[in-house]
Amino acid sequence: MRRLVLIVVWAGALLWLFPIGAAFVTSLRTQTDISAHGFWSVPREVSFANYAAAWDRGRVNRYLLNSFIITIPSIVGMLALSSMSAYALVRFRFRFNRGLYFMFVAGMLLPFQILMLPVFQLSNRLGLYDTHLALILFHTAFQIGFCTFVLRNFMRTVPVSLFESAVIDGAGEWTIYRRIGLPLILPAFAALATLEFTWVFNDYLWALVLLSSDSLKPVTAGLSTLMGQFVNDWPLIVSGSLLAAVPTLVVFFALQRYFIEGLTMGATKG
Amino acid sequence: MRHHPLAPLSFLLLPLGLYVVWVIYPTFATMAMAFTDWDGISAQWNWVGLANFERLFADRVFWLSLGNNLRWVAVFVTIPLAMGLALALALNRNVRFDRFLKIAYYLPMVLAFVVIGLMWAWIYHPRQGLVNNTLFHLYGFAQSLGFDVNPLAARRIGWLGDPNLAMGSIIAAATWQHVGYVMILYLAGLKTVNTELLDAGQVDGASPWQLFRYITFPQLAPVTTIVLVITVIQSLRAFDLVYVMTRGGPFNSSNVLANFMYIEAFMNYNMGYGAAIAVVLFLISVGFIAAYLYRVVQEEER
Repeated sequence: MRRLVLIVVWAGALLWLFPIGAAFVTSLRTQTDISAHGFWSVPREVSFANYAAAWDRGRVNRYLLNSFIITIPSIVGMLALSSMSAYALVRFRFRFNRGLYFMFVAGMLLPFQILMLPVFQLSNRLGLYDTHLALILFHTAFQIGFCTFVLRNFMRTVPVSLFESAVIDGAGEWTIYRRIGLPLILPAFAALATLEFTWVFNDYLWALVLLSSDSLKPVTAGLSTLMGQFVNDWPLIVSGSLLAAVPTLVVFFALQRYFIEGLTMGATKG
Repeated sequence: MRHHPLAPLSFLLLPLGLYVVWVIYPTFATMAMAFTDWDGISAQWNWVGLANFERLFADRVFWLSLGNNLRWVAVFVTIPLAMGLALALALNRNVRFDRFLKIAYYLPMVLAFVVIGLMWAWIYHPRQGLVNNTLFHLYGFAQSLGFDVNPLAARRIGWLGDPNLAMGSIIAAATWQHVGYVMILYLAGLKTVNTELLDAGQVDGASPWQLFRYITFPQLAPVTTIVLVITVIQSLRAFDLVYVMTRGGPFNSSNVLANFMYIEAFMNYNMGYGAAIAVVLFLISVGFIAAYLYRVVQEEER
């Protein structure tokens, strides 16, 4: 029984990896070779030419850069702002404390479609449409919900006496936030940043809604341009897709522990 | 502990301000927009009452899309959930190479939906794709054994081009992505299961199934709620895969509400109509958001 389970788990794992492996093999081959002999034929030649073409002619280089330009400020922004709101929710008692907390939690589950049109309209009116700033502002704002939720619950595990001793020492609230609040939630920052990196980096919908210039597009939106540009050249399209996945894969493998911590922090406590 | 009455405000001003402008206000603005005939460009628009909703409920594409969303939900709350839970149970003990196995299942989760969509569009491609090429060889093998099959037929299967297959093919790709997520959450949940109870059950001679059914699974209830809510919300939000792989076609056979809404609002410039679709989508989600909130509230009161 135990052995059977293991066999099934292994077979499943290989099946799960298979599409990625097969895509990689295809990316090294030429279109003519595959059309003529089919996927399961032995490759006539192997090269990284498709990657070079996707990088250069497919403009994946530019798109990837855009993705970073959008993602990194968004993450810094959402962590900075949500650490403030989380601090306020944990540290102070005031009338709408609970209400605000529930609002942040509910907000993170909203279907994006309910936000799309006014966000589009708003960015137009503010003159931000078709700029990276529009995306940065929106991602920062939207993710404040989830980040506040996680950070607040994380900060609540800190004993109140820590804050109180600082108050007795005469420190102001912003000093307490900086000296005690922030260092305490640093571990949560790592997890959140890793998780948010993949979320923001992988976003497609908002890039579609808020950008129109091809030269500003992040790699997700850029890939669909690439697909139109190289219709049916699957080895090249697949190469572009794999290139687009490299940053998230690197982050994931380097910071796997944080990534999983982040995912489960939101869902389970402790 | 006393504090300056404005201290909370000084911390909340920026985050809350941004949140209200980009999340709270848009939510209500969409609801208002659903009662207008705004086209997204002109300055002129009119209140039209329930006209958008009347039109929506008479629209065949709406019902097709809603049906597809419900099918998506139905598949998602069964297959990935069962698989994720089973994998978590199997990998929660000492298994050799468990790290490799876990990574294999949650690797797809790290990929962008666009990347997944493009990869699977290739996998499903009739002539060059992975699936049909594999079938081609399998059919050939079966033929050589004397079965009456034509290998060339394998290259005619349009996984994304056949209205009967398109939706299922997209959901299959989505499942590939989602299983790892469920597994991670259940693995985390299993760490909190009380092992003393399990030992006691074992001493009392309970079968593995009974141990799972009466001890492990009930203790996983909080995780199950969250997995369910997030799975349903994800199935309702689904856009990227559909948009990249089929744009909802052929003949709307793989359309979903999010894609329908995007096309109406941004391609046909029916913003009011698009807003109405978004409101319906929102109303369907509200029940699940409430279920999640309810759990959070309960946790608060503990």
